[in-house]
Amino acid sequence: MQIRHKIAGGDFTRAGNVASAVKKILQQLNIDHKQSKRIVIALYEGEVNVVAHAYSGVVDVDIDSEKVRITISDKGPGIKDIEQAMEEGFSTATPQVREMGFGAGMGLSNMKRNSDFMEIRSVPGEGTLVELINYIRPDAS
Amino acid sequence: MSSQMTIRDIAGLVDGRVICCEDRLSTSVEYAFASDLMSDVLTVDKENILLITGLTNLQVIRTSEMSDINCVIVARDKKVNDDMVRLAEENNIILVESPHSVFHVSGELYKAGLKPIY
Ligand SMILES: Nc1ncnc2c1ncn2[C@@H]1O[C@H](COP(=O)(O)OP(=O)(O)O)[C@@H](O)[C@H]1O
Ligand SMILES: [Mg+2]
Repeated sequence: MQIRHKIAGGDFTRAGNVASAVKKILQQLNIDHKQSKRIVIALYEGEVNVVAHAYSGVVDVDIDSEKVRITISDKGPGIKDIEQAMEEGFSTATPQVREMGFGAGMGLSNMKRNSDFMEIRSVPGEGTLVELINYIRPDAS
Repeated sequence: MSSQMTIRDIAGLVDGRVICCEDRLSTSVEYAFASDLMSDVLTVDKENILLITGLTNLQVIRTSEMSDINCVIVARDKKVNDDMVRLAEENNIILVESPHSVFHVSGELYKAGLKPIY
């Protein structure tokens, strides 16, 4: 099963719409609740990052019998130093993002904790791609 | 399992005004967490939680939806907006406005037996 959603950068009223839609699908598919909660939390933080830091993004969700694979790719400033971005507490978020309850530099580490596999690729000046994989069969990881 | 409290009792303790999902007031919760930082809320690894916050925007409701939080108490007389109410109703999240501060609300509910997460 493959689903594609778009994210508009800067639009905080819609941040979370994709994670919400995916949550409903995972519920319908009867995916283990703990794992599906991890998936939607990681996706939500990723979505917020596109809204907060990039110009526009696309989310692809690919569900098969053993895993949920999500890619979040955006057009944006990209990340120069990925290791530094991953550090808890590192943030370049604007005051506006902080007012929304984000921008404490915890997003990427939250995403890491809530995924079984995470990889970030980024080209500064072009954009960022985050890949998240979560295994949905307990014995498949 | 002893320290569960209904949202109805909780709302009473904080002089709360229930804004939506009144039909769910007999839901009970065991844990509470107070924060204005949604990334922090998203680290909470428990079900059946109540959130106490001073923040009023749509992301509070989205965060609650993702975190399986079934009641949000908005402290210090902040008013929730219509978009928040609509999204909360859609997700069966009870919204309560309280005139008291986050500290006051937290103190009352801690005293009454709601458990902290950490
Ligand atoms: N999609 C993205 N595009 C550009 N920069 C990003 C993106 N995601 C994260 N970053 C960078 O990494 C930093 C840390 O991200 P994160 O841990 O989510 O914290 P926060 O979003 O709260 O700042 C951000 O402040 C930003 O500098
Ligand atoms: Mg972030």
